[in-house]
Amino acid sequence: MTAKTAAVTTGEPGEPGEPGESGEPAAAGRGHRGQLSEGARAERRLGWLLCAPAVAVMIVVAAFPICYAVYLSLQRYDLRFPAESHFVGLSNYGDVLSSSYWWHALAVTLIITVISVAAEFVLGMLLALLMFRTIFLRATMRTIALIPYGIVTVAAAYGWQYAWTPDTGYLSALFGDSAPLTRTGTAIAVIILAEVWKTTPFMALLLMAGLSLVPEDLTKAARMDGASAWQRFTRVTLPLMKPAILVALLFRTLDAFRIFDNIYILTAGGNGTYSVSILGYDNLFRALNLGIGSAISILIFVCVAIIALMYIKVFGAAAPGTWSTGE
Amino acid sequence: MAATVRQKSGWITANIVTMLVMLIPVLWICSLSFKDPSTITDPTFFPKRWTWANYSGIFSTSDFTRPLLNSIGIGLIATFVSVLFASLAAYAVARLRFPGKSALVGMSLMIAMFPLISLATPLFNIERALGLFNTWIGLIVPYIAFGLPLGIYTLSAFFREIPWELEKAAKMDGATPFQAFVKVIAPLAAPGMVTTAILVFLFCWNEFLLAFTLTATIAARTAPAALAFFTGSSQFAVPTGSISAAAVVITIPIVIFVLFFQRRIVAGLTSGAVKG
Repeated sequence: MTAKTAAVTTGEPGEPGEPGESGEPAAAGRGHRGQLSEGARAERRLGWLLCAPAVAVMIVVAAFPICYAVYLSLQRYDLRFPAESHFVGLSNYGDVLSSSYWWHALAVTLIITVISVAAEFVLGMLLALLMFRTIFLRATMRTIALIPYGIVTVAAAYGWQYAWTPDTGYLSALFGDSAPLTRTGTAIAVIILAEVWKTTPFMALLLMAGLSLVPEDLTKAARMDGASAWQRFTRVTLPLMKPAILVALLFRTLDAFRIFDNIYILTAGGNGTYSVSILGYDNLFRALNLGIGSAISILIFVCVAIIALMYIKVFGAAAPGTWSTGE
Repeated sequence: MAATVRQKSGWITANIVTMLVMLIPVLWICSLSFKDPSTITDPTFFPKRWTWANYSGIFSTSDFTRPLLNSIGIGLIATFVSVLFASLAAYAVARLRFPGKSALVGMSLMIAMFPLISLATPLFNIERALGLFNTWIGLIVPYIAFGLPLGIYTLSAFFREIPWELEKAAKMDGATPFQAFVKVIAPLAAPGMVTTAILVFLFCWNEFLLAFTLTATIAARTAPAALAFFTGSSQFAVPTGSISAAAVVITIPIVIFVLFFQRRIVAGLTSGAVKG
């Protein structure tokens, strides 16, 4: 519905519940001035006015800095030799993309992302079903499930680190005084464990919201028709939950891809466990090379954009927010 | 009958196992924080000798108390401003018709998905140039920006649920759109705003990367970042006990908070998802 038709239909109750429906009854009698009624124009102005503070902050903190990062990434800019800064074109990108560190970090990040999101999805679905269906201690269950979500990531990560430290940790002692954080493979496994423990409840909550949208009648009907519990779940529940599942997976994938806190506390990126965010951090704040660091930052940003596009184009995830426009 | 008993015990087992998995890591941190420094290298789950020394240690220096204060102050200010700006924008998104709306929603979602490290560099450089590096403002402003997408997303979902006939009725009675917002919609929107404030505050309280890179001293460093700089109560002591105690201190209030506002948080987290 365009602003023009909105002006025409003012005074009508309109279709209830249609997003953005707010015909201006006050403006009904004033007629048209050009294409827009007075009311529609006032609505427009108010809309922009109300959004202005939010937009200003987001531009200052996100849009401008990301442009500045693009500019920095085209410079040779070493904080130790600030006088020697100069434009170098795309050579920082060349340096990063031809470095084995970048590809190692990308591989580590992708492994962590894929395994932890897959595990979170399966465990989150089980937890969602448990919270949704259980009668025993239902409220307690839902409350306790929020604890990992509420806990500060850094605090939880220290807990895992100490648990796996020989001579200190109960888990290390349990597994024969092992020191998993000192070897790449096992360290990544511990990082994934910490990540999965912390974020599975969040995934479960999103999935539970999807579960509650599945009409009880449909699963009942399927049961009447002799479908087993597994069939009811895969043929009825899952397809109906698809939009909720895709939104949950999209959120968690993008979140897992930028993993930093857990790795920084557990291994500080040592023993080959560095993710792309850790690599960017090391170049920026340890090597103080803003040029290379910015190039890495921009590449991470591009990766995130590609992942989001893939979800939306390939899997057909409703781009989050499309509902907001009401179109 | 046998099947139902088996089913029931199955559910109970599943519940208990799940609860243990959620609780044991938290109990472990608590237990570590009560371990006597001389027994910290004893890998039993529960302390053999209990002590408050770790707690009295961290509260005796400003290395922890100052960051704790920073966390509270920065979190509260950022949450307040963020929710205020977000509710204005969310009202516009949910109720008004204006060009550029989808651009606003798109932009805020892009920011929600931003890898924070991509912003750490430019913000580090900009804040050093402006003298905002290592100040409260230097963290508050980015936190407001990252609270906004969450706020706009959650609040516009809440605002949609409000019966908009009331707003219309107010306008019929001669209220301006702004009055309709302040007098009619705002009181109805209060629960949604509280929920959003909780989620934004949890984000600020939990944030590590920016707190770590945009601060240099305890003047502005928040508690999660301060943990990573702990050296123990004395120069030679292992910081394990102190870090665990500090981790418990920053965790327990949030856990209580989360449990208290459980329903609101669940509603807030899922409000956007079910509409997707």
